[in-house]
Amino acid sequence: MIDYEYPEYEVVRDERRCTVCRLCEKQCAFSVHGFADGRMTADPAQCVNCHRCVAVCPTHALKIVKSDHCFKPSVNFTADLMHDVYAQAATGGVLLSSMGTPKNYPVYFDKLLVNASQVTNPPIDPLREPMEIRTFLGAKSETIGYDEAGKICVERKPTLTLDTPILFSAMSYGSISKNAHEALARAAAELGTFYNTGEGGLHQDFYRFKDNTIVQVASGRFGVHADYLEAGTAIEIKIGQGAKPGIGGHLPGAKIGEDVSKTRMIPRGTDAISPAPHHDIYSIEDLRQLVYSLKEATDYKKPIIVKIAAVHNIAAIASGIARSGADIIAIDGMRGGTGAAPTRIRDNVGIPIELALAAVDSRLREEGIRNRCSLVVGGSIRSSADVVKALALGADACYIGTAALLALGCHLCRSCHTGKCNWGIATQNPELVKRLDPAEGARRLVNLVTAWNREIKEMMGGMGINSIEALKGNRLMLRAIGVTEKELEILGVKHAGE
Amino acid sequence: MQIDAQGLDFETLNRKIKETAGGAVSVSNLLGQRYIGSGVRNKKLTLSGIPGNALGAYLHTCEIVVHGNVQDAVGDTMNDGRIVVHGNAGDALGYAMRGGEIFIRGNVGYRAGIHMKAYGDVVPKIVIGGNAGDFLGEYQAGGVIVVLGGQIGHFTATGMHGGKIYVRGEKAPADLPPQVSVTEHADVAEIAPLIETFGKLFSVDVATLLTDRYFLLTPSQANPYHALYCNRSL
Repeated sequence: MIDYEYPEYEVVRDERRCTVCRLCEKQCAFSVHGFADGRMTADPAQCVNCHRCVAVCPTHALKIVKSDHCFKPSVNFTADLMHDVYAQAATGGVLLSSMGTPKNYPVYFDKLLVNASQVTNPPIDPLREPMEIRTFLGAKSETIGYDEAGKICVERKPTLTLDTPILFSAMSYGSISKNAHEALARAAAELGTFYNTGEGGLHQDFYRFKDNTIVQVASGRFGVHADYLEAGTAIEIKIGQGAKPGIGGHLPGAKIGEDVSKTRMIPRGTDAISPAPHHDIYSIEDLRQLVYSLKEATDYKKPIIVKIAAVHNIAAIASGIARSGADIIAIDGMRGGTGAAPTRIRDNVGIPIELALAAVDSRLREEGIRNRCSLVVGGSIRSSADVVKALALGADACYIGTAALLALGCHLCRSCHTGKCNWGIATQNPELVKRLDPAEGARRLVNLVTAWNREIKEMMGGMGINSIEALKGNRLMLRAIGVTEKELEILGVKHAGE
Repeated sequence: MQIDAQGLDFETLNRKIKETAGGAVSVSNLLGQRYIGSGVRNKKLTLSGIPGNALGAYLHTCEIVVHGNVQDAVGDTMNDGRIVVHGNAGDALGYAMRGGEIFIRGNVGYRAGIHMKAYGDVVPKIVIGGNAGDFLGEYQAGGVIVVLGGQIGHFTATGMHGGKIYVRGEKAPADLPPQVSVTEHADVAEIAPLIETFGKLFSVDVATLLTDRYFLLTPSQANPYHALYCNRSL
């Protein structure tokens, strides 16, 4: 049968440089490279453009280029869409993809500009002046009183304390490797922040990172038990994910090896199914029941996070969550990453995080309940500038996922769902997993966040702000450029020049 | 130790239970207080009245005996221990249960035993003396469910990919989803100890229950959604 598709990439090998060491062949889990008759061969149809071979080639003899072979160009039926149709006609399957959507939706962070002080309000030099970026997450105390001896009593709510406004977002053991989890955990400990187990439970080896762990409870309830709930400083209920709002997850059986099977308590090789809904949550009241069952199970010592995807009625939904007893609301925007999602969902469902965040922060303020919850946002926070803008729009902290994976070596080939990640991140194949050194990975993550912390302080200093608390929700520090009146209204910012 | 639950909200009541010294605690006059047993360890709770939703959520090293009916989400994500109910249970009984045993003398509502799991010799078990509502064992990934009353509802075992459901009766259950296999004359040996325990707990003669015919439902494939997808990087 004729394959209607053509290879998307070409493997270009400089024969003058290639020493036929065959390292590319050994390193490629997609079996692109081969060896025949004394020379290297390549099957570009298998190539996902992950750059592993390019990076390891000792003589820099390789490059991967986008094929310039093309269909007759059309701006309506693009080559991507034609490929999709051919693939579905051949298989009858739902299209699957990974990581965040590559589609061209507006990135509002890139349309927001940060203020700086000139003359009337001097900037602060973070190299000389103390700059506070310590971040507290959780419900704020509402009452203050006196005890019988006349001493002030402040109602203490469970609070997360972070040395940076950046946390590592939920990525399950199963979707990513044990070494990737270890790198995130070690980095979180060193940075004084948190990583998130995701919905796959927690490997026994990582219970020692308790002070820097957020444990997740999702619809499949994988790996959830009393000791697991105690193994984190906070508990996150996952309702939705930005890359795939409204649907659950199917971790393919191929990724369920012995260790993942044990951690999730499901048979080896079977699909791990997280249904779209929690089957006991059909209302805010039901959510409240899960929130309080977790609080009861952990003696009200841990903040409860409720994570939702950014969708159309996000402000009303967040208002409900704030009233459910949750201490922190995590909102994941539509550009957020995933280990596997149906392509059509990833590319078409949800709304960008900037609009969702602005709408939620505004609504909670209007209703006088903003103090009940902290807001943590994710869904493509790509740089320290995005963090600063998100905080100014009203977030208390940011989750980073994709950026953290990039620090670990991910090249965004968007093939996590194949389980063949050549970088040892989104795979359970032991031969591939050992390519990722947890110590080296942790070092690179620490470098990344340390660098971002410095940049955040620089930008804060420029604004004349020396405490992150003064940046939060400070939309006067933002101006928008090239957006409509309606977008200005939702973002709650003025246009540049105003 | 005896606690009168009259007029106590769930937070106060559960704190009292946790703070009670010794292993045995009796609670009377319950009226819908939720989350009883959640976060409690190494105790035997004997309850009378109607405990509220999420009784025994995340239950660990505890035994709960209820002289009455129970509401929804009993034994949610239970890890080990035992829950015995001398009455009926509401919806979502034993959701995502990972270990331990639940014995219900009467009927259970919708979605009992959904998402149950198992690993190695840690196998959770639910024994239902009466009948079960719709969606019994939905997404079941492990564990054993026994329905002694013999009646099950619609959509039983939808998405089942592990574990076992035994249903007593003469006629095979109808309307099962295609990925479920039915064994007509199931070997009762595996569930005989559970039936005997049921008899002892509720003082019921189980002689006929042990010799009756059972149908066994098991998943016919471990990867029910494999064929759903077109694997290609996009």
